[in-house]
Amino acid sequence: MNAFRYAQARDAASAMAALAADPRARYIAGGTNVVDLMKEGVERPSLLVDITQLPLRGIDRTATGVRVGALALMSDVADHPAIARDYPVVAQALLASASPQLRNMATIGGNLMQRTRCAYFRDVSQHCNKRAPGTGCAAISGVNRRHAVVGGSEQCICTHASDLAVALLSVDAIVHVRGRAGERTVPLERFHVLPGSTPQRETVLEHGDLITAVELPASAAARNSYYLKVRDRASYEFALVSVAAALNVAGGRIRAARVALGGVAPTPWRAHAAEAALLGRPATGGTFAAAAEAATRGMKGYGQNDFKIVLVRRAVNRALQHVGAIA
Amino acid sequence: MDVGKVTRRRFLVRAALPTIAAGVGIGSPRLCALAQAAASVSVLPASGPGPMPVTLNVNGRAHELRIEPRVTLLDALRERLALTGTKKGCDQGTCGACTVLVDGRRVNACLTLAVMVQRKAITTIEGLADGDQLHPMQAAFLAHDGFQCGYCTPGQILSAVALLAEKRATDEASVREWMSGNICRCGAYPNIVAAVRSVAGQPS
Repeated sequence: MNAFRYAQARDAASAMAALAADPRARYIAGGTNVVDLMKEGVERPSLLVDITQLPLRGIDRTATGVRVGALALMSDVADHPAIARDYPVVAQALLASASPQLRNMATIGGNLMQRTRCAYFRDVSQHCNKRAPGTGCAAISGVNRRHAVVGGSEQCICTHASDLAVALLSVDAIVHVRGRAGERTVPLERFHVLPGSTPQRETVLEHGDLITAVELPASAAARNSYYLKVRDRASYEFALVSVAAALNVAGGRIRAARVALGGVAPTPWRAHAAEAALLGRPATGGTFAAAAEAATRGMKGYGQNDFKIVLVRRAVNRALQHVGAIA
Repeated sequence: MDVGKVTRRRFLVRAALPTIAAGVGIGSPRLCALAQAAASVSVLPASGPGPMPVTLNVNGRAHELRIEPRVTLLDALRERLALTGTKKGCDQGTCGACTVLVDGRRVNACLTLAVMVQRKAITTIEGLADGDQLHPMQAAFLAHDGFQCGYCTPGQILSAVALLAEKRATDEASVREWMSGNICRCGAYPNIVAAVRSVAGQPS
């Protein structure tokens, strides 16, 4: 990996100032993604600012839900009783992520910032518009079994690797960010951005912005939520397709519905058409099948990943049957 | 030199050291200059990219090193402290051979920068036994033949020790799931699971 300078931040202001002074500086917390990418030569920061000593580790109940500090470890969040009870989809997605070792290192903020696992992105000898803008996308005509079936562009068809972000999308999570102009909040749905013509840009964050917390609003749907992850092996593997489903059913009718997908798009993907097919309708197998079909609307394969569209339909149906308590 | 006293491990360690010493010099002058220019306007005191003092507390003993910030905990253990029980498999967090405990929790040493775990208690496979008295998990791996080539074994054992402390090993399926971060290319999984379950007090 490249040589770099290292600084340990004692407070957020000095950490942010260090990044503001150096466009090639980067934050490091768990390091599970950035150290890996530095070994591959994909990331070459001039300065790593270690933010692990900042007081952003807490998992606290609030009047409206739970606030998870950006530096809370994946394993600690998964273990927290309030998360397991009020946001089962989040605990399940975390426990389906990576390995116990990696979950002991990786943080919630870092998880949202993780970069794609696309093999062309990770190999500096390959064409990749995200890593080296203007060089082309080797995946579109290459080995694209794991790539996106929706949300991609002619520049990039990578998939976002996070399970957690998909689960957080289904519970309307809000990201708290500290930037030059002070604190702001960004709904998770608007946090990640599609590649379009600038695949190197992955989130709305500016250089030096610091995620401080993720807020999970309490809701009946979040309490009745479920994460289904389909992958090539049973554990320690990224999703081919994943589904986060949250339903509030009262009197046999669906009062609130969230369906989010992983492994299918360059960002965590909210299936609005599926949600629209659920809202106000009876919680029956027929409704769920129609919603599952709607979830695939607009999806397009690139050959090797065509199977994902069928898999989305089946996985959404199964996840909805689970939260709809008919399976 | 008494050739008969040169063990395989000692030979490998000696052979490796000059290579690593040479490796310290890597890093283009252009990058170093860029990094130094950046640091001059930074309000945070920064170290590196050259060697810096790093103190590691390994198996109850403090070690003072001078290493670059880019040195991983895995490389510091193996190449600087000659604690070669911790293995380098994939070196990218996908195999678990490098598993060690940091403040009692299992982590991948290959993705941990040594400079970031100062003042933390690091436990490696060399720190588990009490003299000649093996840790119960080490004894169980022997009793259940929980390995073939043995390369993944130190990581498996550290992971299993942590798993028991996490109280997640309730049955065979949970042992398999919670040991999934440790890959065994020989496929010794049935015996590894049996070893872990025996220490957890479960019949297998």
